[in-house]
Parts: sequence; C-alpha cells; structure tokens
Amino acid sequence: MSATPPEKPQFRDGFVASLERLFAVFLKEFLQLRRDRGTLGMIVAIPLMQLTLFGYAINTDPKHLPTVLLVHDDGPLARGVVGALRATDYFKIQGAARDDADADRMIRSNEAQFVIEIPADFDYRLVHGEKPAVLLLADATDPTATVGAVAAATGAVASALDRELTGPLATLAQNAAPFELRVQRRYNAAGEARRNIVPGLIGTILTMTMLIFTSISVTKEIERGTMEMLLAMPVNPVEIMLGKILPYVVVGAVQMAIVLVVATLLFHVPIVGSLMTLIPLTLLFITANLAIGYTFSTIASNQVQAFQMSFMFFLPSLLLSGFLFPFRGMPDWAQHLGSILPLTHYLRVVRSVMLKGSGFSELSADTWPLALFALVAMGVAIRRFRQTLD
Amino acid sequence: MTAAGPNIAIEVEGLTKFFGKKKVVDNLSMRVERGMIYGFLGPNGSGKTTTIRMLCGLLTPDAGRGTCLGYDILTQQHEIKRRVGYMTQKFSLYGDLTIRENLEFVARIYGLREPREAARAALERLGLLDRADQLASELSGGWKQRLALGACTLPDPALLLLDEPTAGVDPKARRDFWDEIHRLAESGLTVLVSTHYMDEAERCHRIAYIAAGRLLVSGTTAEIIAAARLATYIVTGPDLSELSERLSATPGVEMVALFGVALHVSSRDAARLDEIARDFSKDPAHVWAKGAPTLEDVFIDLMIQAGGAPQ
Repeated sequence: MSATPPEKPQFRDGFVASLERLFAVFLKEFLQLRRDRGTLGMIVAIPLMQLTLFGYAINTDPKHLPTVLLVHDDGPLARGVVGALRATDYFKIQGAARDDADADRMIRSNEAQFVIEIPADFDYRLVHGEKPAVLLLADATDPTATVGAVAAATGAVASALDRELTGPLATLAQNAAPFELRVQRRYNAAGEARRNIVPGLIGTILTMTMLIFTSISVTKEIERGTMEMLLAMPVNPVEIMLGKILPYVVVGAVQMAIVLVVATLLFHVPIVGSLMTLIPLTLLFITANLAIGYTFSTIASNQVQAFQMSFMFFLPSLLLSGFLFPFRGMPDWAQHLGSILPLTHYLRVVRSVMLKGSGFSELSADTWPLALFALVAMGVAIRRFRQTLD
Repeated sequence: MTAAGPNIAIEVEGLTKFFGKKKVVDNLSMRVERGMIYGFLGPNGSGKTTTIRMLCGLLTPDAGRGTCLGYDILTQQHEIKRRVGYMTQKFSLYGDLTIRENLEFVARIYGLREPREAARAALERLGLLDRADQLASELSGGWKQRLALGACTLPDPALLLLDEPTAGVDPKARRDFWDEIHRLAESGLTVLVSTHYMDEAERCHRIAYIAAGRLLVSGTTAEIIAAARLATYIVTGPDLSELSERLSATPGVEMVALFGVALHVSSRDAARLDEIARDFSKDPAHVWAKGAPTLEDVFIDLMIQAGGAPQ
C-alpha cells in the first residue's frame, strides 16, 4: 500500500466508476435472484401458464346459455319457435319451469339465464293472424353475456317458422314475422354496465386486499426471526392461523361497508335484496380469501414469493370468474377451473342479492363452494405450517 | 426408558441431528440437575443452538431420546413448551409492539390469568415501567436482552434455555444479566446457557464443552481443568507475537495463546514443557513462570484437538 503514489487516488470518480458501481449492484441483485428458486420458477411459469390459460379460455360471445321453457301451449308451431331459438346455438334448453314463480326462482338462483315463455293458445292465435308474442326473459345482470343471444334470437324470429308454415298457412309466412318476440331484460333493463361492474368490483377489491393481508403473515414472522419464539411457545397452528385471519375479517367488513356505501351513493347501484343475506355471505367470501392468502404464506419461502402467488391467484380470479368476461362463454374446462375460485361464486352472490334480491335458499349453490374453499385452504395451511424449524 | 429422577431437569442420550448430510449434533448425552446453572460452551457451529432447539421441541432429533423436566422431548413437546422459557440468540420479540404489548402477548399465550398485571409486574422487575410504551425495536442491545429474559421468565418456567444471551452486550449489562441468572437459579430455576465468554463459563455451576457436535467434557470448572492435565507456563516480556510463532513451531508445545501482556504455553507433557522452558529461558528478555492453566487454556486446547482430529 505504501507503494501507491499519492497522485494516483485509490477511489476513482466519474462516469466509468459510476457505471462500475451500478454493475456491482446489478450483479448482486442478479446473484440474489438466482438463489431464489421459487421466484425463478415463477418467472417462467407465470407468463406461460397465464397466456395459454386465458388465451384459450376467454370468449366474449358466450353460447349455449342455460335456458328454461315456460310453455303454455305445446303445439307444433310453438315447438317450431323453440327449435329455431335452440338452433341459434345461444340457448341450451335445460328444462321447463312449472309456472312464473318457478321461472323467477331459477333466474334468481342463477340456474337459468333465459326463460322462453310461449303464451297460451300460441298456435291458434298465430294461425288466426293475431301475432302472438313469445317472451324472452333475460337475466341482464351481466349485459355483455346476454347481448349476443338476444340479437341472435331476434334474427331467428323472421325465418323461425318457414318450415312449419306450408300449405294453407304459407300466406302467413309471406308477411313479416307472424309472431312477435318480446325481450324483457330483467334486473338491469337499460343494460347498464356499471350495475354489473360495481357489485363485481366489491368482490374484486376484497379479493386483492384480503390476499395481500394474509399472504405475508407467516413469511413476515420467518423473515423477522420472530417465528422461532412463536414456535417455542405453547401455541398451536390452528390458534396461530385463526388468530392471524380473524383481525382481517374485521378489516374486510369495514372495507365491505365502504364499498357498499360508495356503490349506492356514487353509482346508484340498488341493493334489491337484503343486507342480512349479503353481509354474512360477504364475510364468508372474505374468510375464503384470507384463508387462501394464509395458505400461500405457509408455502412461500419469502415475501416476494408470497406476493407472486397472490397475483397468480388474483389474475385468474379477475379473468375466469365472470368479472371481466362472461363466465358461460368459457369452455367447460375453464368453467370448472373458474368454479374453484371464490370470486366466481361471490360475483353471483353479490350480483344476485344486489340486483335480483336473491335470498339464502336461492344462493346455496354458491354458498357451499365458498365454505368448502375456505375449509380446504385452511386445512392445507395447517398441514403446511411447520411446527418445528426442521 | 429410565425415568429421570425428580431432581433431574434435562436428561438426554445419544441425541443426533443431521442437516442434509452434515452431522450437526453427534450422539450427545447430558444430564442437568434441577436448580443448576449449566454452561454450554463450544466454538461457532459446534451444535449448541441445535441441541437447545431439540431440547425445547423446535427441532426433531434424528436419533436419541431424552426428557426435559420429565417430559419426553420426542412426544411431549407441548408440555415442555409450557414449562420452558427459551431465549433465542437473535432478538425475537416484536419490534413493532411496545415493551408492554410484547409482555402481555407472552402472558396471554401462556394463559396467565391476569396478563396485564403479570406484564406490569415484569416491567417493574425489569425496571422498564417508565419505558413500557416504547417500541421494543428502540431498545439498546443490553435492554433488549433484559426484556427477552423478562419475557422468558414471565410465565414462571421451571427451566430456562438461553442461547448466547449476552452476545454483543456491554460488560456492565452482561454482569447485571448474570446476577439476574443467579437470582433465578437460587429461586429454584434450572438454567442452561450457551456462551463464548470464559468469565461467564466460570460463573456456571457446571459446564459442558461441545465441538463438532460432540460433547467433549463436562463437569465443574475445577474438574475440567484437572481432567485436562495441562501443564502451563506464563511468559512475559517483549515481542511476544514473534515468540508465539516460534513456540507454535516447537514440537511438544500443544497450545500457545497470547493474553494481553502474557503468553500462555501449554502441553500435556509436563517434562517436555519444562525442558522447553529451560531452553527458552536462556534468552533473558522473557520471564518464564510456571502457572496454573485457566479454563480458557483448556478450551483452546480442546478446540485445537477437536479441529485437528479427523472427523
């Protein structure tokens, strides 16, 4: 060191030296990233998985939508109309409703998206030139999901009975459509997107915030070194998990209140149904998200991985749940995948309660999947939770 | 299974632990009587922390068996955790909770009937009442250790496991800490404490020395020094580092260590060492005096032997 001449400074300054320091930081970051196997895997897996998944799954023009018939006249012409609507590929006839109330129930419980009602004496009145009306009742809570079907139905009307109206009835076919298709958009008559989007946003916002809260709760303790003390104390994994989840149920409830108030005051989205239905089901949904977040936290080895897992869960929730794109437009496999996600079920719940006034009994099909999801996630979390430092 | 007597706090046999292929703890057996301060010594990475973690159920041994306070360390971890206070090497209370909140948290986890009152009493004992509402992360190193000890003793445990509790703490705080440990032991607590400091080791009732996962010796300070059968000379004079290098290269000298102004030269072969002392005494600059080996001499010697022996 004494050999270094004083005019040659040991620490250089200037642009090149700055670049070298930049490179030193660059290299350090790279080396650290390379050590984090989990993150490396996700760098490759996330884009591959998500691109193929969403590329194949998303379809903005859903077909084969669940439809029920409410038939008051079973004549050949009536059957011809139903056949023509079915031939558009947009309607998948799933059965028949007994009466108006039964049809309403099917729509409120999301079993059916459309009801086709053939009035009494349809054939007779048609033949007598009275232009009877076929009623197409659409659940318009999600306007994008119904618009294609309604357009196709309207188009099909004109030529619907061409094959049936032969011989003496041929004159009827020559005129404009011999019957009328009356479309009734239920629950969102004007087809306003925000009536669909705002309730959906409640679910989306809750998913995001709840996931983030719990997804770092275990990794944080490990990274800060407090886990060792926690494990050395007489507290078991179930107590730790519930103790970490429950405070955020309260946080979630506060968020829910905020979003609901804003939805009604600012966006004038009605709450047709009962808050006594909406609140417990929302709390269940919040719990399901907190549970999966906590599960991620027990799997991730650091906070970055926990965040990545949360996003990997959040994106499908956004795209496959029916929030941005019609759920029924997706291929079967994607619908099955979407059916696992809590948001899928909660979207139906929140839209049904807020717009259609559905109650608990009509929403049971979407309640038990939420509960099951929460329980399975918690079960996995408890199994994954390491009680020792081994 | 031999049931440990009521006056035995820890009794383990053949404890073994692997991390991957590396054997971190190797067939370790030990026995600690109740009310004793048992010192755990050994170089870094010798398996002290791993052993302590196995004792309190944080790690599962790959082989061996044992009891802690009469409870099986393999099957009754929950019972052990309720009765053992474990102080981690790194501060592991919540830095973003206040001192009071941390203590109340611990009190509640252990199911104390009056957590607030218990925390208040602990604050008073620790002399932290006026700083109770400060964040734990704002405390200095010494106070953090005191708080951690206070948190460990809060649920009134029967056994304390302290993993290098005084690392990085100033001498005064260290002394206070040890006074507290002695007070606790007098009240009937058993304390197992790992340390690197010889003065601390000498304050223990019994000590065990671990190297490379094996317990090499255990006993009282006097027993360990006697068992080592080490002859030691204490050399004073100028240029001791240079002399130290020459002595290290001299056959028959097993350990040379510089303590400030004195050089400790040890060997198991007393006659050979006398001979060396005579030889080197020809240089009048250095004064050679026969001395008693200290505990540190013994441990440095053990460390050199353990390091030199094939693993």
